Amino acid sequence: MGKILFVEDEPSLQKAISEVLTQEGYQVIEARDGEEGLKQAKKEKPNLILLDLILPKKDGFEVLKELKADDELKDIPVIVLTNLEGIGDVEKALSLGATTYLVKANYDLEDVVKKIKELVG
Amino acid sequence: MKINSLLKELDFMAECRKYGLGFWQCPNSLFLVMGLIIIFAMLLTYYVGIHLVDPEVVIAMVSIVTMILLVIGHSVVSSFSRIVEANRMKSEFVSIVSHQLRTPLSALKWSLDLLRSERLGKVSVKQKEYLDIINDSGVKMIRLVNDLLNVNRIEEGRFAMQPKLFSLTEAIQSTIDELKVMAKAQNVNLFFENSNHYEVYADPDKIKMVIQNLIDNAIKYSKKEGGDVRISVEKQKEMIRVSVKDNGIGIPDLVKKQVFGKFFRGDNLIKQKVEGTGLGLFIAKGIIKLSGGDMGFESVEGLGSNFWFTLPVPDLSKAKQTEADNKLVINNQNK
Repeated sequence: MGKILFVEDEPSLQKAISEVLTQEGYQVIEARDGEEGLKQAKKEKPNLILLDLILPKKDGFEVLKELKADDELKDIPVIVLTNLEGIGDVEKALSLGATTYLVKANYDLEDVVKKIKELVG
Repeated sequence: MKINSLLKELDFMAECRKYGLGFWQCPNSLFLVMGLIIIFAMLLTYYVGIHLVDPEVVIAMVSIVTMILLVIGHSVVSSFSRIVEANRMKSEFVSIVSHQLRTPLSALKWSLDLLRSERLGKVSVKQKEYLDIINDSGVKMIRLVNDLLNVNRIEEGRFAMQPKLFSLTEAIQSTIDELKVMAKAQNVNLFFENSNHYEVYADPDKIKMVIQNLIDNAIKYSKKEGGDVRISVEKQKEMIRVSVKDNGIGIPDLVKKQVFGKFFRGDNLIKQKVEGTGLGLFIAKGIIKLSGGDMGFESVEGLGSNFWFTLPVPDLSKAKQTEADNKLVINNQNK
């Protein structure tokens, strides 16, 4: 069974995704800020990380950088799930090692779930 | 009508009023004042020069006038920077508001998706009807926010393009396939004569957005009883030209100038109750210009419109090289 870490500071978004993923049989671990996200990643070793970019304490780019620098965590696929879409943001996240970059407002919940299934199975 | 538009042309302060600038802050009026002072000063100097022989008086006059012009010149410069500042603040405002709007909008959308998917329990037909209405409104708001963000990026020249070599013909075909259902619902037939295969070097997603916008418009502005939309692609010298020709309601001559402007919705179009933000063509033209092409249209009211855009024929060796370079950069960064 897949274990998914969702780093997101907006509770209502977290709730909706967790609901669906739990129904699909995944175990969802929630983190509300960048630091907690890294801590949970190290502790739980999830199969996939969903990562927002605008986060309290440590932003998503920083989290991504540290994840990829850690030998134990660097192979975990990371889906960047954000509403940030400034110039260079997508390129920056991908070059830091993110697997996919999804703009929240442009994707249905079911599309996001489909992407997750593709990566975790 | 003609006198009205003539008066509009003469109203040199109109632009400044939009920005809330007064007479002494408006470049247009300041230039007018400057011109009048110059003319007056020249006549006066001429008069004084003829009637008074004393050169000191003339020199003093010229100095005073020059000083006045200097002060006005300074006001003109500062009024220009005030306008630039107002414009920059507007862009920043739109950008912040749009980004801030996206988060609650996506929370709304995803919660609705959850309800509509019936994962939380069965939804009655009647309830579903209203959930769909909320969903449509949510989708429309998201589209508007996205459009506003795109307009902002185009105006500030920060529209990110990710060009690569792709088949324009296939992009057109897949867009047509996506829009077929919508066309059929309005009794519109889509025709595409694709005898040749054309490749271009541009951002495929953005170009698809443009094609979609043009075909979408052609369908939306068809006549009530339906119509035909003909899409064609051909090579003209160094450019590849795509045309989307309809036999719909057409565009009245009076509003032709405004078609590529922001928030354009002509009278005729609103009467037909067509949905849209009025930003589509502005964005489309921006994308095409940034891709090195051009966009335009011909239209006769009541007979239909022909919207076209061009893209440069790709320099194959150069395009492939740039693409290879890009991949190399990304691979290196991944390592």
